[in-house]
Amino acid sequence: MLEFKNVSFRYDVDAFSMMEDLSFSVEDGEFVSIIGASGCGKSTIFRLINGLEKPQKGEILVDGKPIASLKQYSAFMPQKDLLFPWRTIEKNICLPMELAGVPPKEQEARCREVLEQVGLLDYMKKYPKDLSGGMKQRVSFARTLLSGADMLLLDEPFSALDYLTRVEMQEWLLHQWEHYDKTILFITHDVEEAVFLSQKIFVIQDRPFSSMEMVEVPLSYPRDRSDLKKPEIVELKEQLIGKLRRSVSV
Amino acid sequence: MKNISSLILVFILLVIWQGAAMGVDAAYILPSPTQILERLWELREPLILVHLPATMGVTALGLCISVVLGLLLAISMDWNPKLEKALYPIIVASQTIPTTAIAPLFILWFGYGIWSKVLVTILMTFFPIAITVFDGLKGTKREMEELLMTYGATKKDIFLKLKLPTALPSFFSAIKMSIPLSVIGAAIAEWLGAQKGLGYFSKRMMTQLDGAGVFAPVVLLSVVAMVTVWIITIIERKIITWRKEL
Repeated sequence: MLEFKNVSFRYDVDAFSMMEDLSFSVEDGEFVSIIGASGCGKSTIFRLINGLEKPQKGEILVDGKPIASLKQYSAFMPQKDLLFPWRTIEKNICLPMELAGVPPKEQEARCREVLEQVGLLDYMKKYPKDLSGGMKQRVSFARTLLSGADMLLLDEPFSALDYLTRVEMQEWLLHQWEHYDKTILFITHDVEEAVFLSQKIFVIQDRPFSSMEMVEVPLSYPRDRSDLKKPEIVELKEQLIGKLRRSVSV
Repeated sequence: MKNISSLILVFILLVIWQGAAMGVDAAYILPSPTQILERLWELREPLILVHLPATMGVTALGLCISVVLGLLLAISMDWNPKLEKALYPIIVASQTIPTTAIAPLFILWFGYGIWSKVLVTILMTFFPIAITVFDGLKGTKREMEELLMTYGATKKDIFLKLKLPTALPSFFSAIKMSIPLSVIGAAIAEWLGAQKGLGYFSKRMMTQLDGAGVFAPVVLLSVVAMVTVWIITIIERKIITWRKEL
């Protein structure tokens, strides 16, 4: 379980705080989306969780322990695939394991397994330049998975993809989430994406924000794109868009 | 052939040169390309067996030392921002000093032996290597560095797994840039004072008013530099297949 307890944070260069006294929690195995207008601090939440930034006040706990005392509790997947062009797909995926000191034999076995799961086993020895945008994001996801963390932080992973690939990747991601027992925090500015994927949606409306409004999505898994046409879901989407608009106009 | 047009241009220029030289008809002022080749052939034994190895020795030694020093400096500046702040402006400013003008001093200080020449070569090549490699290291994407940090990478991991590969293309550029410079450095130093070497040989021919004899070692030097750069380019293409994607 991830908990934010009264966290305040401000970037050194900024005059205003990003967040003040923010508290929220995410249960194990949940799929939670965070939505908000651009620049509202969505990504800052991830930077705080993975330790790239330190909060000025408050505590961030994972399973009740402060994150400073933990290792490999979260894995970050950025918007760009950030695959290293000089490494093969296999070596790219093995990178987090290499850094964690996993024995090479085991690295290869786990790499094979995950590539099979994401349907890219044939590309193991290829280089990133040989792959399409969607495939690269799958590899990037596979790399995130093999960092061994139970909590995945996905920062707009599909926003650079074309619409059809994005839709495909969303379904693919849900499938992966059901297969691997992971907690997923998903940042997006696409309301439909958030509704389709997640159980809960956190909405960031103000800046600085001290709380995020939590909206539950009344759908069960497995989901289908036709679920998005249900009247209550259409209404939920409209509501969310309304909230985001209000925050933009402020 | 991709370079066909430049080959044609070179050929045309050579023809013009040949024509002009035949018109002037004074080989001690303007030898023709054929006269130079002829002289090169006549002088092949002393040139290739004595003077070329001497110059190449200076070039290779100077270049190796430059690469080691340049890399060390580039890496330490990248490692420590304070060193960067202190050294970078000095290095850039020092590039404006005309090495050729201060080269005679080295002969004065270090004598006619090999080290004065090696020193001139180092001075010519060290700074471009240090700066180019340093810029290559700095070209590392911040996002990639942060991604590695989220995987728990240490500074050493980031250097070995990210910065080094990122800087590799710059390293090759630096080497390719330095080879001709080091040859020039060695030749200049030999001009100023030496007992052997292609630069020295060229100068001796000058005193004998042997125009073609001045050019012959220069041609040899250019060919050697070009071949070396070409070999490095082939190695580079084998190693770096990703240049376009960074």
